[in-house]
Amino acid sequence: MKVIPVPQTLEERTFDALVQALADAGAGRVLFDARRVRWVDPYGMVGLLAAGEVAAQGGDRPALQLPDSSEVLSYLSRMAFLDHADGIFELHGGGRRGRSGGASDVLLEITPIRSYDDIHVVVDRVNAHAITILTQQLQYPHREAFQFGAVLSEVCQNILEHAQAAGWVAAQTYSRTPRIERRVVKIGVVDLGIGFKGSLAASLAARHGERWSDVVALEAAFIHGLTRFHDPGRGQGLKQIRKQVGRWGGKVSIRSGTARIADVPEWDDVPPLQERLPFFPGAQIDIVLPARIGEEAADRSAVTRGRTPGRAV
Amino acid sequence: MNGIGPVVPFRIDLSTLVRRSVASLYSHLVTRPTGQALRLGIESQICELGTPCVSVLDFSQVAVLDYSCADETVAKLILRFRKEDRPADAFFLARGVSEHHRDTLEAVLDRHGLLLVAEVEGEGRTLLGPVGDLERAAWEALEHRGSAAAAHLADDLTAPEPAISEALASLADHRVVLRRGSPETYYALTPLLAG
Repeated sequence: MKVIPVPQTLEERTFDALVQALADAGAGRVLFDARRVRWVDPYGMVGLLAAGEVAAQGGDRPALQLPDSSEVLSYLSRMAFLDHADGIFELHGGGRRGRSGGASDVLLEITPIRSYDDIHVVVDRVNAHAITILTQQLQYPHREAFQFGAVLSEVCQNILEHAQAAGWVAAQTYSRTPRIERRVVKIGVVDLGIGFKGSLAASLAARHGERWSDVVALEAAFIHGLTRFHDPGRGQGLKQIRKQVGRWGGKVSIRSGTARIADVPEWDDVPPLQERLPFFPGAQIDIVLPARIGEEAADRSAVTRGRTPGRAV
Repeated sequence: MNGIGPVVPFRIDLSTLVRRSVASLYSHLVTRPTGQALRLGIESQICELGTPCVSVLDFSQVAVLDYSCADETVAKLILRFRKEDRPADAFFLARGVSEHHRDTLEAVLDRHGLLLVAEVEGEGRTLLGPVGDLERAAWEALEHRGSAAAAHLADDLTAPEPAISEALASLADHRVVLRRGSPETYYALTPLLAG
């Protein structure tokens, strides 16, 4: 059995290392070794579930060695990671790990998105709590905090409308992260569907010929709002997410296939466009909403102050 | 009496209708299928009236409105009733619009080049969507008067009558004012709600 080390800090930035290790492992049964994990966010958790699903596609059920840290283990339990992991991995370690147990500090525990009904459930469950967190902890104006539910709904709809597969969503608030010394809300959304390249292939691949790639597909959807639907009202959900998150000085990034595209705020330093990443199916979305500082203007935009990809399609 | 025949005021509470229009009891206006169901429910109720109406889309109890649902409910509803083969002679007015609804509504209206009369919290009655300065001025003047011919509004605005005629014709095409009679008289929507 080949061993895949899970990064100590498991988040969007370290996810590529996990994917590369999975690719390097090749065929056969694998063990995800998460013993050294010290910090994990929603993207990291749903990303690890997805990596387990990919590993299982070879026919062998992967194993997962749970973190040694009781604090991390408790957090994974509260986020319902262990409930979902149980169906994907053969779990090892973790001592007297418990199941997720009702009320906790969790904003949105890992939730499968398989239908539009699931999106209503997610919005119903999280909206009031999210408004409290955004207004009281992140200092967002009340009228803007209402948009959180709309952002969450649109990002989940992206799974159903473009992935043609199920996915997971999770969200949590943190007092700080490895990247930003401020309170943030993080949302992670992952699916193992056809990805943006697959979703847009029928309408755009012929136009781009040999240039057709994950990065071109991401640019088409993320920047130009293109979609496989002929309805002019379609394809605007991502644009609305970018606009709202940009107003809050936040970050949106989407990884699909071998590429990643992002609106990068000034507090982060990742490239707005990355190509030739190790392949991973579907799409993985990371959204970070930071607390406002002092007298930040309501119309502050990460898109204008930070960096956004701008290559023409 | 408004002098233009019966135009029925018709209030639609979106938060209540969404509960009746879709299988589950949803309290937020999110997702495209919810918007489609809501639109069909509104269309059905309007068609049952069988008379010209000003439909009030009431957002006052709606907490979350996402772009996809707004596109299906509001934009496609207006598009449907702008067509020559519209199922009924209905006009629409949004009420109880908060700041967080407004952003979303403006986005879908802009996307399709549509206009909508709305009562926005803290702002009062306004015209949402991509509208020119002269059209907005003509609409505001008509709201003030209730009804008028182009010549009267041109006097009010000290603007050339042909330009005001053109602006009013555009507003009528967008169905944010009523145009009736010959010579043409234009009617603001909100006074019609009083019956």
